[in-house]
Amino acid sequence: MCLAIPVRIVSIDGNEAETEIAGVSRRVSIAFTPEAKVGDYVLLHTGYAIGVIDEAEAEETLKLLEEIASLSEVH
Amino acid sequence: MKYIDEYQDNKLAKGLAYKIAQRSTKTIRLMEFCGGHTHAILRYGIRQLVPRTVEMRSGPGCPVCVTATADLDKAIALAHLPDVIITTFGDMIRVPGSYSSLQQSKAEGADIRIVYSTIDAVEIAKTNPRKSVIFIGIGFETTAPTIAASILKAQQEKIENFFILSLNKVTPPVMRALLDSGEVKLDGIVCPGHVSVIIGSHPYEFIPRDYGVACVISGFEPLDILLCIDKLVEQIEKGEPKVEIAYPRGVKPEGNRKARQLMDDVFEIGQANWRGIGIVPQSGLNIKGKYERFDADKAFSVSPKPPREPKGCRCGDVIRGAATPLECKLFKKVCTPERPVGPCMVSSEGACAAYYQYGIPENSQSF
Repeated sequence: MCLAIPVRIVSIDGNEAETEIAGVSRRVSIAFTPEAKVGDYVLLHTGYAIGVIDEAEAEETLKLLEEIASLSEVH
Repeated sequence: MKYIDEYQDNKLAKGLAYKIAQRSTKTIRLMEFCGGHTHAILRYGIRQLVPRTVEMRSGPGCPVCVTATADLDKAIALAHLPDVIITTFGDMIRVPGSYSSLQQSKAEGADIRIVYSTIDAVEIAKTNPRKSVIFIGIGFETTAPTIAASILKAQQEKIENFFILSLNKVTPPVMRALLDSGEVKLDGIVCPGHVSVIIGSHPYEFIPRDYGVACVISGFEPLDILLCIDKLVEQIEKGEPKVEIAYPRGVKPEGNRKARQLMDDVFEIGQANWRGIGIVPQSGLNIKGKYERFDADKAFSVSPKPPREPKGCRCGDVIRGAATPLECKLFKKVCTPERPVGPCMVSSEGACAAYYQYGIPENSQSF
C-alpha cells in the first residue's frame, strides 16, 4: 500500500508528468510536487508523485555507506 | 534502476552489518512499523545479517491488515446495493469478511473493480454516470492525499456519482496506543519511509520524549534498513533516544506540505477501528462536512450483521507485534496465500504473507 518507486520525469504538462522507469512510461500526477522538474526522480505512489528525490542526499548516503564498508575491511 | 540498485550492494551491506555487530552490546527489540519493511527484511535476509542481540518484530503498518472486520463487512454490504460499482485496491478483494469477501460478492454478480489509483476510480465514475461509484478508502498518510485529491477532482468536475468509504488511518497515534499498552516492550522503532515523505519527522518526537524509545525513519532497500538499524543501535547504546532520518533522499523533516494541505482540506481527525487493537482515538481520517456529499457513510445506509472474527486467526496479535506468524496454529497449515484465513496472509504487506513467501531461515536471530 505504501509502496513508492523512483521514476524519472521526462516531460511536464501542467499538473501531470510523463515518467519513465526501466523503459516503461507512465503518466503521473505531480499535484503534490509542483517543484518537480524534467530530469528529476520522483517517488511514485498509486499514480501520484509524493516526493522529489534529493540527489545530493542520495549521494551523501552512498558515500557514507562506502566509508563504513571501507572501515570494516580494515578489520 | 537508479536509486534502487545502488542500495542493494552486497559488499556495502556486509560493511554495515559488521559495524552494527561492533556497536551492539545490549539485547534490544526493534519494531518495524511498516509491512513493506517486514517484507524487505525477510526477502533480503536482514535478520541473519544483524547480531543476535537485535530482535526484530513486525508492526501494524499494513493498511489492509488493520482494516477492521466490521468495516470490511460494510464495504461488502455496499457492494450488494443496486447500481453500485465498488472500486478498490487489489489486496482488499481477497480478505475474508465475517460472512463473505469482496471476491465472493464479485462472483455473485456485484460490480467490483480493482484500480491502481484513485484517478482510475474517478474515471470509472465519469464513464458510468448512472451508477454510484464507491472507492474503498484504505491507507495511511502516504495514500490519504491521493484520496483527498480524488474528492477535489470530483468536486471540480461536478462528478456527483463518486463516493469514498473513508477507512484511512494515521500512524503516530497507533504507535502511542501500542506503547501505552506495554504489551510488547520496545527499544526502538523503524519508522515508515513513505508515510514520512508526507508527514516528515516531527510527528514522532513524542516517542523518544515520552517513552524513551528510539525512532529512525527508513527507506525500503536493504542498505536503507541496515543504516536505520545501525542508527537505532547507536542511539540505544548511548541511551540517547531521538528521531532521525536514515532516508534523507526521500524524507525531509517538514514532510510534503502541499500533500498535507490537501489532506487537511478534505479530512478531519477522528477515531478509527483497528483490527487487533480496537478503537484508537485521533487515528482516523473522516471526510469533512463541506465534502459530505462524497462520503459513502452519509450517502448510503447498510446494516451488516454483527462482525465475526475468523476462528483461530492470530492476525490481531501479529499486527500488535505480540505474536509472530509462526506462533499461529493456522499458519501454513490451514492459512495459505491460496486460502487465506486472515488479512495478514492476503496483503502484499502482511507479515504472514512475508513469512510464508520468504520463510524463516534456521539461523534466524529472533527465534
